[in-house]
Amino acid sequence: LSLLGRLPAGLAQEAVDLPFANGHRPLVSYPQKRPLMLLTSRPVQLETPFHVFNDGILTPNDAFFVRWHLARVPTQVDARSFRVRVHGRVKRRLSLSLHDLQRDFEPVELIAVNQCSGNSRGFFMPRVPGGQWGNGAMGNARWKGVRLRDVLQRAGLEPNAVQVRLNGLDRGVMEVTPDFIKALDLDVALGPDVLLAYEMNGEPLPLLNGFPLRLVVPGWYATYWVKMLDDIEVINHEDQNFWMKTAYRIPATPSGGVEPGQKDFPTVPINRMTVRSFITSLADGAVVRAGQPVVVRGIAFDGGFGIRRVRFSSDGGRRWEDATLGRDYGNYSFRPWEVRFTPQAGRDYTLQCQAENQRGETQPASGPWNPGGYLRNAIETVRVRAV
Amino acid sequence: ALLLGGAALAVEHRTVVSIDLPKDYSHYRSGPHEDLARTYCLMCHAADYVYTQPPLTRTQWEAEVTKMKKAYGCPIPDGQIQALADYLVSQNGKVESGGQ
Ligand code: HEC
Repeated sequence: LSLLGRLPAGLAQEAVDLPFANGHRPLVSYPQKRPLMLLTSRPVQLETPFHVFNDGILTPNDAFFVRWHLARVPTQVDARSFRVRVHGRVKRRLSLSLHDLQRDFEPVELIAVNQCSGNSRGFFMPRVPGGQWGNGAMGNARWKGVRLRDVLQRAGLEPNAVQVRLNGLDRGVMEVTPDFIKALDLDVALGPDVLLAYEMNGEPLPLLNGFPLRLVVPGWYATYWVKMLDDIEVINHEDQNFWMKTAYRIPATPSGGVEPGQKDFPTVPINRMTVRSFITSLADGAVVRAGQPVVVRGIAFDGGFGIRRVRFSSDGGRRWEDATLGRDYGNYSFRPWEVRFTPQAGRDYTLQCQAENQRGETQPASGPWNPGGYLRNAIETVRVRAV
Repeated sequence: ALLLGGAALAVEHRTVVSIDLPKDYSHYRSGPHEDLARTYCLMCHAADYVYTQPPLTRTQWEAEVTKMKKAYGCPIPDGQIQALADYLVSQNGKVESGGQ
């Protein structure tokens, strides 16, 4: 059991303290993972330490965050006998092995951000129940797989098809717990970039990230990226299951936010990600060298339209300047940016960044707030002192 | 303990992945009615689900327990919910304050 890299409780060598109540997160090693921030242990949920996002534009598989809803996650998966079934409102039912997918369909590769709907929930004020993530429930990877649409085309949609339901191998402990199932409208499911992915950064997926096959819905929150995907059902109605009808809903307001305490507002299923940006090269509270230019680096991303601008402020948002955008890895990827600023000795600086996407959507000063703790994309602040 | 079956080199040939998951890293600490939490709140997930929440009011903890029962099927009898809420407030509670 020592092979697990597991330290007896209380002996964890390091921990990260997120800046909110009950934000203590021991760093713990799980199989195929480097030490990550432990949110919950059964089912396992792990957060990526934020400094990893400064190491490179792709998030390594062993550092990629882990999020499960239900505790019966298979701990052994045999890729030889694994099949994904396609059934429901289709002309031909299919049962495809990984080999079938690789042999019969065109492979596609793309880089895309996978971000938990509840990323940054811990920063909601007032706080809301749910998984208390810092900013590390996200990652950017190169995904390889085949198009869902090509597979659906092989099966042949019946004319009354409305949605595609996606289910994986995970199950609840009790039969009565609703199985984790997500559904996509046909226009989304048939998009050219929605993949059944069998590779992540050139390797099979780590088991905890959904080995051997996971859905990739670029631009959309990770709740739709069903892991260990083994069941695709085409249905002729809007899915009514708990994880679509009750959970993962956002207010049907333009910002997705409401006033704290507001009740009985209409909701819609969470969908595309909002625009975000982060400083990655400096942590809050860092000390920088005065009198010489400091290169500040960061990342920006959105719901798949692409980032066209990142602005930077060193005085808490009074004056802004354009940052330089780095290489473009595609509209679904983290976009690197950097800027130089020359701090003066003895001064404190409030660094901020604000991204704008190709549609002109940008980040608010605060919020949005909603009871699910979703969509947070407020301008982030990093305070540094120059000496 | 990660086991890779088959010829382990090429990506396509890694055929069986098997891992061992560690046991829970958390447990319900002693407090009034801790037995209720151990009986009704450990079957589906570890105690860290409770301790990593922000401190919640009694009303919020009651709502959580009710959600566990109605949405996910937690078998706690209605008559025990108040006692369990006492325990949860003792573990990770905060005082009620109108607008939170
Ligand atoms: C029958 C299964 C089951 C039982 C029993 C159960 N839970 Fe849960 N609980 C869940 C599921 C499923 C989730 C979260 C799903 C997710 O990750 O979105 C959850 C999530 C939570 C959360 C996180 C916040 C939230 O609302 O998602 C808390 C806190 C929690 N449970 C507390 C409890 C307490 C206290 C009890 C004992 C009364 C309990 N649970 C019993 C299934 C259960």
